[in-house]
Amino acid sequence: MELDVGFDGKRENAMAMLNSMDPTLVPTAPPADFLTLTGLTKVYPTPRGPFTVLDGIDLTVAEGEFISIIGHSGCGKSTLLNMVAGFTKPTTGEIRVQSRLVTKPGPDRMVVFQNYSLLPWLTVYDNIDLAVKTVYRDLRKPDRQALVEEHLEMVGLSEAARKKPRQISGGMRQRVAIARALAIRPQVLILDEPFGALDPITREELQDKLLEIWREHRLTVLAITHEIDEAIYLSDRIVMMTNGPAAKIGEIVSVPFPRPRNRQAIAEDPDYYTLRNHLLDFLFHRFALHDED
Amino acid sequence: MNKGLALQIWESLRRVAIGYTLAAVVGIGGGIAIGTNKLLFRACDPFFQILRTIPPLAWLPIALAAFRQVEPSSIFVIFVTAVWPVLINTAVGVQEVPQDYRNVARVLQLPRLQYFWTILLPSAAPYIFTGMRIAVGLSWLAIVAAEMLTGGVGIGFFIWDSYNSSRMSDLIVALIYVGVVGFVLDKAIYYLGKAVVQSDGT
Repeated sequence: MELDVGFDGKRENAMAMLNSMDPTLVPTAPPADFLTLTGLTKVYPTPRGPFTVLDGIDLTVAEGEFISIIGHSGCGKSTLLNMVAGFTKPTTGEIRVQSRLVTKPGPDRMVVFQNYSLLPWLTVYDNIDLAVKTVYRDLRKPDRQALVEEHLEMVGLSEAARKKPRQISGGMRQRVAIARALAIRPQVLILDEPFGALDPITREELQDKLLEIWREHRLTVLAITHEIDEAIYLSDRIVMMTNGPAAKIGEIVSVPFPRPRNRQAIAEDPDYYTLRNHLLDFLFHRFALHDED
Repeated sequence: MNKGLALQIWESLRRVAIGYTLAAVVGIGGGIAIGTNKLLFRACDPFFQILRTIPPLAWLPIALAAFRQVEPSSIFVIFVTAVWPVLINTAVGVQEVPQDYRNVARVLQLPRLQYFWTILLPSAAPYIFTGMRIAVGLSWLAIVAAEMLTGGVGIGFFIWDSYNSSRMSDLIVALIYVGVVGFVLDKAIYYLGKAVVQSDGT
């Protein structure tokens, strides 16, 4: 068993702060892996009897790992993410971040929502500031301001700080959502199809930006995506879900390409096609979509 | 005579202002209460749906019986006319706060009071103003009718009095005034709403 000894002081401080602020994360078990999902199932009661969405998910994520989850729509990957975020409770099984049981949503598992979820009546700056001041209540105003501005700059939006979300493009909104999520220094960053609604060029730019930030901050990322190439480019490991109902993890593949990655180099790598075909085969032959949505 | 008409209109406007303000306060407060509490909403909604269909003037006799004075009775009629659209719209607006915004609040663990001011109220504001705009129109309809019955002062009384004294030109002028004032009231609430809601970027 590994012990968490590799943290720098900064993260330890941040975590101590989060611990003290978040009564929902009760320390119960000895520290093990960073994020662990054990025997997760989700069953919804329906008039026609119980409906099993997820049937036994076990996954262990190391600190700083980038994990993508792919699968057809309706395979329960959003349910899985919602459970990690704490929005829905698993029917059985448990989720732990470090050793603390996840019981409800909290800023240690910040979500970048699919449709950005920025508050339209607040400026870009205020959207990020709201998150920072809610999570770090004791932070003094100049420090808070510095934190917000640092993250605005990180995503290249210092110029747009005073604009409202409706005045900026979709790609910019997504960057605000990412900045908001990162500004509160989550332990796990949860991305729900983060680039789904963006044009290909913006998407590539943001993927690179995300990887850059991920490397600098040593984030642990859990991302849902539809895009096979996106999953390969971003992830350390790709979790492939079988089709629902009663979806499971079909297979987990490691992505062998060294980092920092280069799109072109990956595309020219013969392993890339092997991997890509393997993923395609999984999605479109072994677990092809038949009748549902 | 023109001064008389202006005074009568002023008198009616004063009553509308009092009744309408009360209705807005009670309607927004009550709407938020039943909008945030499912049980309370289910308990109250059937009564509200019935009460809101009672025509304004039907309330007048009971108000006169209760208050025994014209002034509070007219104000009550305005209140009871204006309160339902505000209340029901506010409740709907509160219930319709998008799940996305609620999720943001949940993941940040936003305290209740902060949730109220930064998410719930701005999100419900367009609904609230729609309700208030319907309410101001209804109030103006109701006051004219109520004053015809109660007599004494007000533009409604003036119109009825003009008819009884066969002052047809006064009657027509008064109608135009009533129309113009109603129009201005409606636009006033519209622009107020636009100013508040637009400064929120919605």
